[in-house]
Amino acid sequence: MSWIALKMLTGDRVKFIGLLFGVAFSTLLITQQLTIFVNLLMRGGNSVLEVTTADVWVMDPASRTVDVHIPMPATALDRVRGVNGIAYASPMLTATAVLRTPDGDLESVTVIGVDDATLIGLPRDMYEGDREALFEPDAVFLDDTGSRRLFEPGSQMIDTRLELNDRRAVVRGIADVTPTFTSLVMLYTRYSNALRYVPGTRNRMSFVLVRAAEGVDPAVLADRIEAQTGYKAETREQFNRAGVDFIIENTGIPVNFGITVALGFIVGVAIVGLTFSLFIRDNIKQFGALKAIGVTNRKIRGMVFTQAAFVGMIGYGLGLLAAELFFVTTEPIDTFKGFFMPWQIPVIALVAVAVMLLLTGYLALRNVLKTEPAEVFR
Amino acid sequence: MSVGIAIENIVKEFPIGSSDTIRVLHGIDLEIKTGELTYLIGESGSGKTTLISIIAGILYPTEGRVNVFGTDIYDLTDTELVNFRLANIGFIFQQYNLLPTLTAAENAAVPLFANGVDRDEGVDRGCEILDALNIRDQAEKLPRQLSGGQQQRVAIARALIHEPRLVVCDEPTAALDAGSGRRVMDLLREVALVPDRAVIIVTHDNRVFDLADRIIEIEDGRITHDGKDLPDGH
Repeated sequence: MSWIALKMLTGDRVKFIGLLFGVAFSTLLITQQLTIFVNLLMRGGNSVLEVTTADVWVMDPASRTVDVHIPMPATALDRVRGVNGIAYASPMLTATAVLRTPDGDLESVTVIGVDDATLIGLPRDMYEGDREALFEPDAVFLDDTGSRRLFEPGSQMIDTRLELNDRRAVVRGIADVTPTFTSLVMLYTRYSNALRYVPGTRNRMSFVLVRAAEGVDPAVLADRIEAQTGYKAETREQFNRAGVDFIIENTGIPVNFGITVALGFIVGVAIVGLTFSLFIRDNIKQFGALKAIGVTNRKIRGMVFTQAAFVGMIGYGLGLLAAELFFVTTEPIDTFKGFFMPWQIPVIALVAVAVMLLLTGYLALRNVLKTEPAEVFR
Repeated sequence: MSVGIAIENIVKEFPIGSSDTIRVLHGIDLEIKTGELTYLIGESGSGKTTLISIIAGILYPTEGRVNVFGTDIYDLTDTELVNFRLANIGFIFQQYNLLPTLTAAENAAVPLFANGVDRDEGVDRGCEILDALNIRDQAEKLPRQLSGGQQQRVAIARALIHEPRLVVCDEPTAALDAGSGRRVMDLLREVALVPDRAVIIVTHDNRVFDLADRIIEIEDGRITHDGKDLPDGH
């Protein structure tokens, strides 16, 4: 009877397309919004993830994220270096500064000072230029997204002079960086340069980046650093998660995206429910005739389930495809740089679609099951 | 000819409002023989459709017994009754009730599909019975592409394809013009009437009364005429 159910379903093109549209639209909305939401959240930890050379981040106990931190005294570096199990420890400074572009515009930027000798703290990949160029006087690297904001497309960026807090800075390279949550232009320089660019208080060092010695568990090392120095030490994964949690706890983003996702679900239920009900109502006489002939309620349930599953699978596939196309086509746009769809999101959307169809299918089915076979004689 | 269906003291009441009921059938006793074309006639609201629904096993009586070919059908469980209908009863409806997205051959084979017959075999057998009903050339068409008479022939094919022992028809000519109605009834008599099958037709189409072997008239839920001839006033 399954093929009969499918012929009943697909025979009415308008309603079939309506059902597909409802499921596909809901899937698109749920997957697209959830993907944007998750990727925005993940940007809260991108600054941490970009530094692949550090296993443990050490900071003032009051610090919470890369952007929300309290500087430490320079002596913190030596105290951390004194802990057993460390391969190396390097200072890092992050602070905001004002950049004057060649055409006179002012732009707030995040200055990131990395270790003078080893450049630990720099992102792994360069978009343009060579890492060694950072050793040149007044050298700075821009992040690729920020560079496109500061310079016209096609214009010369390398070797361009800028004013950073009224001091000379020369662009020597463009780093390939996934944007952070704040979306400020990121400007990398050596630690000693950063101290010059960012006037500040007595304490200037934001973090100590630690690499665990071979065979040492970073979590164990972090605990040991905390115990011996009194500073807060988090593994790369913990600190990344802290950045994400900070956004969840301190912004309205989860609520807003949650509302959109819920609306996607509700709209889907409304469209699918209404169309499915109309479809069932239009076929109620036929279902009644089938029941009179001798088709059991179990088989009728199977038919409606087959119809729901068929619509669900195709609609879900189309919606997922549309969401994927969206992210593929918008990938070159800086806003969506690095966005990807974690596998959990299609699973969540699949569950949502299944719930939607079970709910609407159940409501539609009630009318069929309530129909007495004798109704067909009236 | 033998007795195929025996009904005893059938009473049917329908609820009206929250506590009252209306009695539609008042203790009907009746035997239907095989090999006969039996007409149930009567005014609208007389109870003939209720009676045929009870005989066909799709409406529980308030009181009484219905024995169809040796089985007291209302002693069966719901599932047994559904299966009994599928195996033993063929239905022809006034509005045909064909599935609009299935072809004529597929519609004819619906009882076979409900019984688990696979699609190809069902369609082949559907084509065979449509051939017997002289509409083999319409087998691939959808119901909306057929005339009313052709649709009713497909409905007859559907009612007979699984060779049921009882065929019930509700106003099979009501939606047809005189010529088509006559042809459908001739055909029904020709193909449906076999020695071990009972055929009951609810109708008030007096143009086809002459084809009946037996005419039963119902008025106000009681049998008022039972015989080969037409009751007075028709």
